[in-house]
Amino acid sequence: MVVKFESVSHTYNLGTPMEQRVLKEVNLKIESGQYIAVVGHTGSGKSTLIQHMNALLKPTSGTVTIQEKSISASIKTKNLKAIRQKVGLVFQFPEYQLFEETVEKDIMFGPMNYGVSQDEARKRAAEVIPIVGLEADILQHSPFNLSGGQMRRVAIAGILAMEPDVLILDEPTAGLDPKGQREIMKIFEDLHKNYQKTIILVSHDMDLVCQYAQQMIVMHRGEVKLQGTPKEVFEQVELLNECGITLPIPARNYQHFAEKFGLSMSSLPLTVTEFVEKVTEVAERS
Amino acid sequence: MNGIIIGQYLPGFSLWHRLDPRAKIITSSIFIVACFLIHSWPFMLLIVFLELIAMRLTKIPFSYFVRSLKPILFFIVLTVLLQVMFTNSGTPLINIGFFQITDEGLNRGGFMALRLAIVVIISTLLTLTTKPADLTLALESLMSPLRKIKFPVSELALMISIALRFVPTLFSETQKILKSQASRGVDITEGKIKDKISQLISLLVPLFIMSFKRADELANAMEVRGYVPGKRRTSINVLNWKPADTLLIFIAIFIFVVAIIF
Repeated sequence: MVVKFESVSHTYNLGTPMEQRVLKEVNLKIESGQYIAVVGHTGSGKSTLIQHMNALLKPTSGTVTIQEKSISASIKTKNLKAIRQKVGLVFQFPEYQLFEETVEKDIMFGPMNYGVSQDEARKRAAEVIPIVGLEADILQHSPFNLSGGQMRRVAIAGILAMEPDVLILDEPTAGLDPKGQREIMKIFEDLHKNYQKTIILVSHDMDLVCQYAQQMIVMHRGEVKLQGTPKEVFEQVELLNECGITLPIPARNYQHFAEKFGLSMSSLPLTVTEFVEKVTEVAERS
Repeated sequence: MNGIIIGQYLPGFSLWHRLDPRAKIITSSIFIVACFLIHSWPFMLLIVFLELIAMRLTKIPFSYFVRSLKPILFFIVLTVLLQVMFTNSGTPLINIGFFQITDEGLNRGGFMALRLAIVVIISTLLTLTTKPADLTLALESLMSPLRKIKFPVSELALMISIALRFVPTLFSETQKILKSQASRGVDITEGKIKDKISQLISLLVPLFIMSFKRADELANAMEVRGYVPGKRRTSINVLNWKPADTLLIFIAIFIFVVAIIF
């Protein structure tokens, strides 16, 4: 097990008039090697949740365990740095964190902060560049002359160079065109399949979630409302509605289709492939 | 941002909140000037007393004002010490080596401390009870006579309001970048000076880039909506001068004149 939350609560601005309780008694487990999606409406506490996984935030009460290391309200901030190396957090629009003169230096920044030697860091930069789908000659370019999509890949490479076991992605496709979205999602799929990384994906896009994630966590008003495979989760149509989560497009299309022809609405198809299968099946039967 | 009270605004509907910001600025200025011209304790204490009344009128917890003094506490203590140690006139009370503590020194030190505290409290009173937008509107209105000498009053007011508008934005951007660099192993609290500098750069470069980008976007957005520098513009918020505002200013001037004459 990589990440475990035991009745974790988090309150911002504790003890002031602006006090805000964003996580309420959250319990969850994430197994090693999983591809898990965290979904929820804006303000549901997703981003607070993932910042706990990276030890950027400490719980107000309860315990977060990351790879056998427990974090509670009383732990000293100094002891948290090691955890951040094991859990790489790719923030939304990560291209804003680039600052060095060359792509190579920027990728080397993370590992070197964790005491990796310069030579080793340079080696790692050369290793991660092809993983994110970039050419080696880009290493000597300035990151600020790259396109938006390339900058994002460089930023992701900077996290990968720290060799984390877990990769948390906060809306990694935000602001990219459909082709760029597919390409970037391909990187994470590759990391999950070929490098055995645990992937935690935060997304609003249910189509992406259904396409890639094995497990899902649904957050609503600071609580974990549902946890399970996408198939299990999307059975609970009413509860999802309450949480402000829409079905993926193939499922919605199938609902219209099923309504028109008076078919059963149970076990909705979640991806395009499933939709085609389901419709073919219906067509063949009639 | 936490703990810095001066410059913050606390929404409310008290009498003091509802006064015209121009009246508040003028009154505050009068009292600040007055407390530097006054040399007698009774009038100084009168100003303190009036300030206490104003604080009550805002219905803001007293602790906010006390906390507003915290950032300048060091400064106050330093001035008092310097005044007490380097004043040689007056009746000597205690001798410590080279230094002589005189009644005159204590008197001046106390006065200076009180002055500084009053200035900070008056400014806090103003900003806590006035929306930043109203404050700039009031400044623009007060500076409008300067238009006669071709001074770009509305441009200046716009600059101030944009600057104020972007304080929270910049603050949240800083937090975001700080967090993303923290997850890349940046820890400002430890390491050698050399490491710290490179870590600071990792914060400043993205911040600069972000600010330029925002400025560019804002400029475009303003132009798209027809902003032309130098053109006369009307404002959605109109300041409303009431009899109470006139009364406030008369009281302030009266106290000022009386305090100066005596």
